[in-house]
Amino acid sequence: MIRDITIGQYYPADSIIHRLDPRVKLIGTIVYIVSLFLFHSFWGYLITGTFLLSVILLSKVPIKFIVRGLKAVIFLLLFTVAFNLFLTPGEEIWKLGFLHITREGLRTAGFMAIRLITLILGSSLMTFTTTPNQLTDGIENLLGPLKVIHVPVHEVAMMMSIALRFIPILLEETDKIMKAQQARGADFETGNLIKRAKAMVPILVPLFISAFRRASDLAMAMEARCYRGGKGRTKMKPLRYHGRDAVAFLVFIAYIAAIVIFIK
Amino acid sequence: MKKMIDAKNLVFEYIRRDEEGNVEGINRAIDDVTLDVQEGDFVAILGHNGSGKSTMAKHLNAILSPTEGTLYVNGYNVADEERLWDIRQSAGMVFQNPDNQIIATVVEEDVGFGPENLGVETKEIWKRVEESLKAVGMYEYREHSPNKLSGGQKQRVAIAGIMAMRPKCIILDEPTAMLDPNGRKEVIKTLHDLNKHENITILLITHYMDEVIDADKVIVMDAGKVVMQGTPREVFSRVEDMKKYRLDVPQVTELAYELSQKGMPLPAGILTREEFVEAVCKLKRR
Repeated sequence: MIRDITIGQYYPADSIIHRLDPRVKLIGTIVYIVSLFLFHSFWGYLITGTFLLSVILLSKVPIKFIVRGLKAVIFLLLFTVAFNLFLTPGEEIWKLGFLHITREGLRTAGFMAIRLITLILGSSLMTFTTTPNQLTDGIENLLGPLKVIHVPVHEVAMMMSIALRFIPILLEETDKIMKAQQARGADFETGNLIKRAKAMVPILVPLFISAFRRASDLAMAMEARCYRGGKGRTKMKPLRYHGRDAVAFLVFIAYIAAIVIFIK
Repeated sequence: MKKMIDAKNLVFEYIRRDEEGNVEGINRAIDDVTLDVQEGDFVAILGHNGSGKSTMAKHLNAILSPTEGTLYVNGYNVADEERLWDIRQSAGMVFQNPDNQIIATVVEEDVGFGPENLGVETKEIWKRVEESLKAVGMYEYREHSPNKLSGGQKQRVAIAGIMAMRPKCIILDEPTAMLDPNGRKEVIKTLHDLNKHENITILLITHYMDEVIDADKVIVMDAGKVVMQGTPREVFSRVEDMKKYRLDVPQVTELAYELSQKGMPLPAGILTREEFVEAVCKLKRR
């Protein structure tokens, strides 16, 4: 079940989007998300939609793979749509008991759905085309100025990349523990919600213990390899802007300009 | 020849405390150990669980510091905190669990982690990563995720990660304990290659006897003390002493010992199958 979630995964391919600097992609994604909330017109969504579609096609990530990421948030999506659909006041066009749909509701629900879908697709496209390490490097670099006010930027970035490294290991471990408990007669499938939640305790306790043990081992291994924080550390793969990154920035400026023009 | 490791009357005590912080008891994990290792040696340390061999290893990398006595690693005193990073750079350490010592999500980035910490220039890091991965035979896996590798491969990546720091000495704390027989062979072969071709001093802590046979020197520890030292032949010819310390000897050595107990005049300290066959053939010819 957990393995079906494609959000946050990296999809290896050789495309211009993959080769872009992670900082460009991070800034681009934020700009794109903000741009989704700037307008309320059909034409605006046509621009954001076409833009997203062309970036997806450029990235060579199969559309099927990207759309699968929506599965994880389907409930959130349905909730938002339902709330907007039934609870927006305005001109009534359909009624059943206490439920009524208004023209305005239909419109906001539709827009909300498009917004959420493009938002999720846009941000998951970033993680599909950027390796976790590039991503943390990019975040570390972009947040660099915060070091002045004593934010431990390097440490946070290091924690993120270690967390990413251990996700598959801990998933495997969870699987192993579940099987071990099932072999001793534990029952995770029947009973009500509370009973099932209680059944999780014998999984979580060993998982936590093992995670702490791993953390202590890893800390020792890192110290043995002379890790002493971000100070005086060099980079094997330092981030450098290339010509294509400048082009990408220009494309984004053009995109923003197009949207601003449409709002007027 | 230069002394790589020089320990004199080394003592280390774990202090157990109760909830209020009062001293409950003292465990002497290392008890008056004096030993030295020459540069370029392949040394194996044997001992059953709780014999103090892992504690010893942690001293050599300055993760723990001695309660009493002195310890010099590559000429640096481990008690000298200013030399801490020099010590860790010259004596690299590989641990038991291959998963818990790989930091990055790509093999080459993990190998680059050590040099990055040392502040090596980017170009030089790439050169070192390439050399170290080639030295352990993992170069073609440089872009893989460590999660997809076998245990033996992961351990070789961990060794490459240490090699990239250009150490004089590598200490391995039961590196094969979690591996299958193939993985074990891979790792041990890599260690011998590094020892021969790169002149790296190797300190291998293990309880697999077959891994010890080709070492230059074997040190046996029991209850925090060094109880035996010598070449593998010298150590394994004392089968009874080994049993006293709850350690095995290689299968062939055991067989030869049992046979000689039953009256077959076989020499002590047979280590390999070939030697055994030869010795038995000699008997027949007579």
